Amino acid sequence: MHLGVSESMRECEYSQISTRSSTPMETPYKKRTPKKRKWEAFPGRNKFYCDGRIMMAKQTGVFYLTLVLILVTCGLFFTFDCPFLALQLTPIIPVIGGVLFLFVLGTLLRTSFSDPGVLPRATPDEAADLERQIDVANGGTGYRPPPRTKEVVINGQTVKLKYCFTCKIFRPPRASHCSLCDNCVERFDHHCPWVGNCVGRRNYRFFYMFILSLSFLTIFIFAFAITHIILLAVSHRSGFLNALKDSPASVLEVVVCFFSVWSIVGLSGFHTYLISSNQTTNEDIKGSWSSKRGKDNYNPYSHGNIFTNCCAALCGPLPPSLIDRRGFIQSDAPQLAPPTNGITMYGATQSQQSHM
Amino acid sequence: MAETHSLQDLQQPAVSSKVFIQRDYSSGTICRFQTKFPSELESRLDKQQFEETIQTLNNLYAEAEKLGGKSYLEGCLACLTAYTIFLCMETHYEKVLKKIARYIKDQNEKIYAPRGLLLTDPIERGLRVVEVTIFEDRSIGSGR
Repeated sequence: MHLGVSESMRECEYSQISTRSSTPMETPYKKRTPKKRKWEAFPGRNKFYCDGRIMMAKQTGVFYLTLVLILVTCGLFFTFDCPFLALQLTPIIPVIGGVLFLFVLGTLLRTSFSDPGVLPRATPDEAADLERQIDVANGGTGYRPPPRTKEVVINGQTVKLKYCFTCKIFRPPRASHCSLCDNCVERFDHHCPWVGNCVGRRNYRFFYMFILSLSFLTIFIFAFAITHIILLAVSHRSGFLNALKDSPASVLEVVVCFFSVWSIVGLSGFHTYLISSNQTTNEDIKGSWSSKRGKDNYNPYSHGNIFTNCCAALCGPLPPSLIDRRGFIQSDAPQLAPPTNGITMYGATQSQQSHM
Repeated sequence: MAETHSLQDLQQPAVSSKVFIQRDYSSGTICRFQTKFPSELESRLDKQQFEETIQTLNNLYAEAEKLGGKSYLEGCLACLTAYTIFLCMETHYEKVLKKIARYIKDQNEKIYAPRGLLLTDPIERGLRVVEVTIFEDRSIGSGR
């Protein structure tokens, strides 16, 4: 019986607005609006593709550059170096190269296309409730209130939670607002233009796997391109410069890899350090948990040992997306009734009355 | 038209207020909600029942985010298959979220709806709050 009441209460709200049994004048008005998916009304500065399945930042130019660099370099490697190396040395080389390449591409696309852990903005009711609480706390002075913060003690460390004026929420610990994407992101690491997306809680492991595998791939191509050149120079006895002329592709690969390897390997090393100490780039740059801030300053999120930190970051459970991109926008759930009772929920009633 | 009028009379309770139970970050970033009993619910609900609901929810979320052998295995397997395995398999977290949805529906049916209250699944609010909608008293008359 109770089920009947609550279910029909819910059904009633929705069906009342879209029902055909209400005034005929109202029905065409409502029917014409097609059902929109939530990504179409997303307030942040993101781009969506494939009907909401793919989510990226607004500026994606550098991402295409990354993609082109990887594809071209690997393409040249497989076309010009691999046949020679497979014959001269072993066919395992193209196989390993192929596996690395696919892994790099897979992780790159996964990093770029997934939701980094965006926090949805507060509903109007939530925002109003928070505002009320803050006003009460401030004593309702009427001056402009100071920046809103809440303090919370986590594992013995005092952490300040900041209020986000754009999203109208108190940011969870380790979350940060990305000004480029205009979203609050959980466990915000940084906004990476190379992957065209923020790096946060949900895609950090893909990002790390990407830079790690890219380091291996870069070193791999670098090593074998040089091997190719050396073998050419030695076997044909035509000299080093002629070997370079024989295989210009290898030269290009060596140059690209040489300049990339420092930054990519450096970045991998840096992120390995961050993972093992369970810090984000944001925290490290600000020195949030650095011992220089105070003797008792330590990272409250660290699990204590490197192994657990690494496992937690890379193999821990993958949280779901909180923004439900592909869900349909529903007509509003019960809104708080304003003083004139009943008008908010009953769009039907209102238009009914106006038409009548 | 007469139909809608009668529907409105019988079943549409006006929402009198909403209470938001915020997250409890004292244990870090894991999903936990505060178990403090809000004063607005004092007239409608037992403190114990409320605390039990929230505690069960907290336990379920802890289960979802637990770091253990099973989650590591899932993580490693996913990595080895280049994360394509999630195209056919649900993650552990998603499975627990479904369990939570069932639990909330169950709680609403058994405990909250008869008292003119409605719990909203926190996932619909980005895991920020547990929203409790308080309906006006006349809705209790129509429920039995």
